[in-house]
Amino acid sequence: MTLAQIVFYLLATFTLVMAWLSVSARQLFRSAIWLLFALVGVAGIYFWMEMEFIAAVQIVVYVGGVVVLIIFSIFLTNQSGDDMPLAGMRRRIAAALAVLFGIGFTALLVAGHSFTASPEKFDNEVSRIGYAMLDTGVGGYALPFEAVSLLLLAAMVGCIVIAIKDDGRGKANKETSATPEK
Amino acid sequence: MVPVSHMLFFSTALFFIGVYGLLTRRNMIALLMSIELMLNSVNINFVVFNKYLWPGQLDGVFFSIFIIAIAAAEAAVAIAIVINLYRSHLSVDVDDAAELKY
Repeated sequence: MTLAQIVFYLLATFTLVMAWLSVSARQLFRSAIWLLFALVGVAGIYFWMEMEFIAAVQIVVYVGGVVVLIIFSIFLTNQSGDDMPLAGMRRRIAAALAVLFGIGFTALLVAGHSFTASPEKFDNEVSRIGYAMLDTGVGGYALPFEAVSLLLLAAMVGCIVIAIKDDGRGKANKETSATPEK
Repeated sequence: MVPVSHMLFFSTALFFIGVYGLLTRRNMIALLMSIELMLNSVNINFVVFNKYLWPGQLDGVFFSIFIIAIAAAEAAVAIAIVINLYRSHLSVDVDDAAELKY
């Protein structure tokens, strides 16, 4: 076993253990911290594959953005301290069976297919990605790039509209939100 | 050299760990975290296919970049909805938000 293989299996095990802890931790805040480590592990896998650009995007957007957003929302909804209720035994067994079946089925399909790695070497110059992103011709990604920028703008405006506090202009709205029906 | 299928086994396991979380958790923020895990495993698949099977192309890399961007937008919108739901129901449990169910 070469060092590269050992590093890959270590990273994969680390990521899977962290992901498992993230879905099984009882406290939501701990779950978010385990998720952070799992995402760092995935970024490590990208580094191992020498895809430095994707690894950097992964760290900047996921670890720096999404997880911080999740931790913010955990604190804003005041539940960082309490344990989450455990799902019922029947639900957990059914979920585990579904998951085991899914893993077995997919692993069988993957094992039955011979993936032959291409002998060519991947050219991981970042400038290649940059040129493709601005290319308007065949195989270029200028249009999806613009579409994503519009989507991000729409998401930003949508978030503000959804999360903004009513300042008394919508009176009926305010009354319903002031009396929680629980 | 690690075989390509081992990387795919790894991403399969990561995906189904996310599915397990999605099926057992009832808290909306925890559900969101499970979905992030699933999206990550799909990204790993795209990058692996791109790098090892079609090194001359860039489509897998671009799909992962766009998935990451859309996942960030999705997380932001989902959290805005969760915070709004918490304001009106004082809970982020999916079973407490069942007004539209019946």
